[in-house]
Amino acid sequence: MRGATRARWAACAVAVALAATACGGGGDDSGGSGADGIVSSSWGDPQNPLEPANTNEVQGGKVLDMVFRGLVRYDPRTGEAQNMLAESIDSSDAQNFTIKLKDGWTFSNGEKVTAKSFVDAWNYGAALKNNQKNAYFFQYIEGYDKVHPESGSASADTLSGLKVVDDLTFTAKLSQKFSLWPDTLGYAAFAPLPKAFYDDHDAWLSKPIGNGPYTVESYAKGSSMNLRRWDDYPGDDKAKNGGVDLKVFTDNNTAYTSLTSGNLDLVDDVPASQLRNVEQDLGDRYINTPAGIIQTLAFPFYDEKWDTDNARKVRQGLSMAINRPQITDQIFQKTRTPASDWTSPVLGEDGGFKKGLCGKECTYNKAEAKKLIDEGGGIPGGQLKISYNADTGSHKEWVDAVCNSINNVMGNNQACVGGAIGTFADFRSQVSTQKLTGPWRAGWQMDYPLIQNFLQPLYYTNASSNDGKWTNKDFDDLVDQANAETDKAKAITTFQDAEKVLVEQMPAIPLWYQNGSAGYSDRVDNVALNPFSVPVYTDITVK
Amino acid sequence: MGRYVIRRLLQMIPVFFGTTLLIFLMVNVMGDPIAGLCGDRQCDPATAAQLRSEFGLDKPVWQQYLTYMGNLFTGDFGTAFNGQKVTELMATAFPITIRLTIVAIVFEIVIGISLGVVTGLRRGRPVDTTVLILTLVVIAVPTFVTGLLLQLLLGVKWGIIKPSVSSDPTIDELLVPGLVLASVSLAYVTRLTRTSIAENARADYVRTAVAKGLPRRRVVVRHLLRNSLIPVVTFIGTDVGALMGGAIVTERIFNIHGVGYQLYQGILRQNSQTVVGFVTILVLVFLAANLIVDLLYAVLDPRIRYA
Repeated sequence: MRGATRARWAACAVAVALAATACGGGGDDSGGSGADGIVSSSWGDPQNPLEPANTNEVQGGKVLDMVFRGLVRYDPRTGEAQNMLAESIDSSDAQNFTIKLKDGWTFSNGEKVTAKSFVDAWNYGAALKNNQKNAYFFQYIEGYDKVHPESGSASADTLSGLKVVDDLTFTAKLSQKFSLWPDTLGYAAFAPLPKAFYDDHDAWLSKPIGNGPYTVESYAKGSSMNLRRWDDYPGDDKAKNGGVDLKVFTDNNTAYTSLTSGNLDLVDDVPASQLRNVEQDLGDRYINTPAGIIQTLAFPFYDEKWDTDNARKVRQGLSMAINRPQITDQIFQKTRTPASDWTSPVLGEDGGFKKGLCGKECTYNKAEAKKLIDEGGGIPGGQLKISYNADTGSHKEWVDAVCNSINNVMGNNQACVGGAIGTFADFRSQVSTQKLTGPWRAGWQMDYPLIQNFLQPLYYTNASSNDGKWTNKDFDDLVDQANAETDKAKAITTFQDAEKVLVEQMPAIPLWYQNGSAGYSDRVDNVALNPFSVPVYTDITVK
Repeated sequence: MGRYVIRRLLQMIPVFFGTTLLIFLMVNVMGDPIAGLCGDRQCDPATAAQLRSEFGLDKPVWQQYLTYMGNLFTGDFGTAFNGQKVTELMATAFPITIRLTIVAIVFEIVIGISLGVVTGLRRGRPVDTTVLILTLVVIAVPTFVTGLLLQLLLGVKWGIIKPSVSSDPTIDELLVPGLVLASVSLAYVTRLTRTSIAENARADYVRTAVAKGLPRRRVVVRHLLRNSLIPVVTFIGTDVGALMGGAIVTERIFNIHGVGYQLYQGILRQNSQTVVGFVTILVLVFLAANLIVDLLYAVLDPRIRYA
């Protein structure tokens, strides 16, 4: 960087001549290389305060993944749930669980991680008065309806289903059978919390203390966070670098530009506009791997005209009218994969992903599509209006492409149009208050790599994210049955049976699976994305 | 003069209340911000209701406005959705934007006025024509094109600057962003000064000054420039506010975490506390800048002083 330095001095000379300003160093050179090298990475400003049970988006989740370790951890490559702090999680009836902790774990401030660290944290997360946005993760634990009623005030402070047995053991009683429950415990909301969290909450928020491989060295809210390797970390996934500097970028184009000019090591969101150049710019330092995200078109079943048997045929017809491969190739530059079921490839065959489960209903077939839609009496209301938010995510492009595809099939230029809604908040508020009368773009990012997470919250009657208010008894029964199944393999096939109901009813049209995309500089190595499309920071090595 | 200042100060009060009320209404029209806080899923109703009451969003708008204004006079600008006090956000954002604005204004004054004087005194010569064409180009090209182009050339191709500035940027890091931010106004300042100088160069008092045998330098600086600066000062004064508020594009390109960034984020997340707070301050800046401009008139031109 000698050239750059010299040039900066030249710029300084100009500055002095113009404004008589002094030149500071201004360089925040990241220290060292090798095992102590610091990785600089792009970041987005977390939307909510950084607490485990209050963080529901990727940017905050990224930090929690570095600072915390929970009972279970998802393998960064396969997504499989493996015990981390848990010695064992046992149950004989899929409803009463006994959790034993490994000995020797501490928080980075020296406090021991005990059963109480978990129970207190979960009680805190579930309690209505703490406003935690992920409170519903604790909904399966008995007593949740008391500490977090749907309306009115709480009648209890703690979850009656949680009991501390001794220092390293606690029990959890669920309000219903849920055999895969232990596999959900890898989500950040289930992280343990140290006493410092409750003693001085503001201080903790400005510098979170956890039990993960990194500690927070400094945190300038809204602009950067410096994380450093915690040398006494007891886990076997110790950091292979000296630390990570997260830098907030307002625009992912600027982050990408910083990467290509050598001022940043890692970008975990390659902007759509750069996808054409990325191979040329980065070569094999560009990563494009599946993430646990699926995009669908959801329908309003609270609107009578969509809740008929004819409308079912129309939905199937619409699904067949969308040319998925063409759109993923041309609009997304292969950063999406055409969907053929309602889950995600990151689950793997064993986890419940089944390629082609949707069959011909999700395959482009012009003639058949037109036939089905006509049989169903045409598009309800005469025109299909697909709603999306126009502020982020460049949804307009693909919505227009989907409409184009449908219009082609229908031989009518006005059969399908896009309906832009100004902001994401307004879009979400219209979706969640049942204001829309046509389909809308829906995205689902998994909380944990389980087939249950792709089905139950979205399609079960009155489930938390069943925004279209779809309801089907067969589907509900199969999901209940799967949850009660103690044999994991059998539970998964039962979930797939439930998924087959979705093929017949088509409550939402699966569009494509989203990939995580990242790029890195030639200063670092061993960069990979986990199934949540978050970089596996601990594995990154600095040359 | 004293009465003039007091009258101007009193005029500021209705402007202040009017603009803040307008902004308040506009942000509220955008709908329910809580719905966007939980991502692509619905917030559970109990938590949403609690958040709404915490931020006072469950009350009618006029009541929200009164509470907000009441708090404002005790220095309480409310809390952003990420739990940070808006005053805290301001404390980090304003110093950065002020630095950027100063850089931009210095560019405007130094380059803009010098070019204006040079071209104004050499009307019709090649220098004049060249500068005129250049300013035309600068005005015609949108800021984000200039910004992205400079970023690409200086930052990526030639490696002279860093394409994005650090989180607490120094003046030298802000030179290029400042130039980009100033570019359009700079062209206007050049043209304003040129016209004004050209017009006044034929005035009687300039001829008199030349006839008295004053040195050319003194004629230009003391007699010609001082009188020609009035429209330029008006423009630069109002531009201070425009630069601070309009830095959104430039700040985004160079990743500067200033006022523009906070406003952009606030609007995207429909965070009324942030947006209204920042705009309130910007309104004050505008008002103060206008006041200073009016007072500067009096300094530059004694005729206004006694009017």
